[in-house]
Amino acid sequence: MYNMNRRKVLKIMGAGGAASALATAGCSTADKSSGAQPHVVVIGGGFGGATCAKYLRRLDPNIRVTLIEQNTQYTTCPGSNWVFGGHRQMSDITFNYDTLVKKYGVRLLTARVDRVDAESKQVLLATGDKIGYDRLVVSPGIDFRWEYMDGYDQAATEIMPHAWKAGPQTTNLLSQLRSMRDGGTVIICPPPMPFRCPPGPPERASMIAHYLKQHKPRSKVLILDAKEKFSKMGLFRSAWKELYGDMIEFVPASKGGKISRVDPKTRTVYTEDGFTAHKGDVVNFIPAQKAGNLAAASGLTNQSGWCPVNQHTFESSIHPDIHVIGDAAVAGVLPKSGHTANNIAKMTAAAIVSHFRGVELPVPSHVNTCYSLVSPDYGISIAMVYRLEEGKLTQVKGAGGLSPMKADAKLRAQEANYATGWYDNITGDTFG
Amino acid sequence: MTTSKRNISCALLLGAMLFGVSSTHAAGGEITRGSIIASTCFTCHGTDGKALGSMPAINGIQPERLASMMQEFRAGSRAATVMNRHASGYTDEEIMEVAEYLGKLK
Repeated sequence: MYNMNRRKVLKIMGAGGAASALATAGCSTADKSSGAQPHVVVIGGGFGGATCAKYLRRLDPNIRVTLIEQNTQYTTCPGSNWVFGGHRQMSDITFNYDTLVKKYGVRLLTARVDRVDAESKQVLLATGDKIGYDRLVVSPGIDFRWEYMDGYDQAATEIMPHAWKAGPQTTNLLSQLRSMRDGGTVIICPPPMPFRCPPGPPERASMIAHYLKQHKPRSKVLILDAKEKFSKMGLFRSAWKELYGDMIEFVPASKGGKISRVDPKTRTVYTEDGFTAHKGDVVNFIPAQKAGNLAAASGLTNQSGWCPVNQHTFESSIHPDIHVIGDAAVAGVLPKSGHTANNIAKMTAAAIVSHFRGVELPVPSHVNTCYSLVSPDYGISIAMVYRLEEGKLTQVKGAGGLSPMKADAKLRAQEANYATGWYDNITGDTFG
Repeated sequence: MTTSKRNISCALLLGAMLFGVSSTHAAGGEITRGSIIASTCFTCHGTDGKALGSMPAINGIQPERLASMMQEFRAGSRAATVMNRHASGYTDEEIMEVAEYLGKLK
């Protein structure tokens, strides 16, 4: 987060050059559905927003697309656990928007958005500038519910990094792991549902254990969970035993895993209403989550803190001219993942183009494929296919499921290979 | 330009759009059930099915061949890691529509 000066805000890259881009970005407020060049603004350059901007231009090069993102680079959460494992670097998981601009003609506006005014169809920038749109896509990601945990605030993130938005937080946690003594305890505190990337915490435990096993083998990973179960639990626990022995311990909420407060000064977390203290050498506390702050500031959230949407077109149930995609949207039973954000973004691009063309959008089908690495050559996955049933995205019965519990090393290695293949392709499909 | 001439120009433009004078945008601009489901394949298999890294490419394959591979995945008669779990989610008709769309992508 930083304040942009006006010169930076006006630095719009795009096919038409800075001056014309701003002129076209700023002048359009009327519905141009039947007009020459409708203007779609996309806010947020993650898996949802970047994919949507690209696919809008692919589907209809006549549409002017402005992507507003506050940072010039994006570090992906998928793959960020692999940095802890030591087989990926931060530079491997960091992308820019050059291809979207140069190849697809997306106009990039590096700016921070304060909020959206749905009535006047304008995006209000932190600088005071306003950007008009015919159709808007908001992909604000997640923010944290600071009020949820006693003792955990913005300052505490430096001592007990969440690393649940990849970037400096990832580097912070990595650095703490590297400097930890052998024989130390790494505490991971996963959040309550719903949250971004449900299999993320156990994959993180795996990647940290992989590092510790090689460099600090007397150390432990303690997972104190706000829940009873976690994604791919059987597969993870079986693999942990096989690969890491007793190094990883999982404590569910009912057995004392639920944290009641944290003390960053001493890197201590308290469970069982404060009766039990767990002091960590490194503490990775992942806070409870909600839709990115922009969503609430723009009136797109309900009392849950997330954004209700039409699950066919991803139009907001509150402001139908605005589409909300990615982790912020309540998309039926779809998990909050980069994969579904990428899928939803394409469906939304198709919905917007169909709207401008005045044709009906075919009924969607979505998939989620989630690979996790338990070690660099041990991969597991979950897959699902989803359809719209009576207005809600639901799982297709008989499809999807987990990797088999019993499998040889060859299959696990194949899935690990596909995990990195998946990463190469989803990032290529989003940013390339 | 007279009204009738303008109408003819529009009709020609529309014709060009529908029949795909520009092949790149013709496939990219299509919004059908087949193209929409296919776009969900691109997440793992690359934009337009042109895969990177360890994933198999799925573009430009003869549609009947791709459809029969999907049916084999669904039946469990073809070795798979994850495609057997995906293939079970689609009907024969959907598989054929996706295969026909992917077959057009060179």
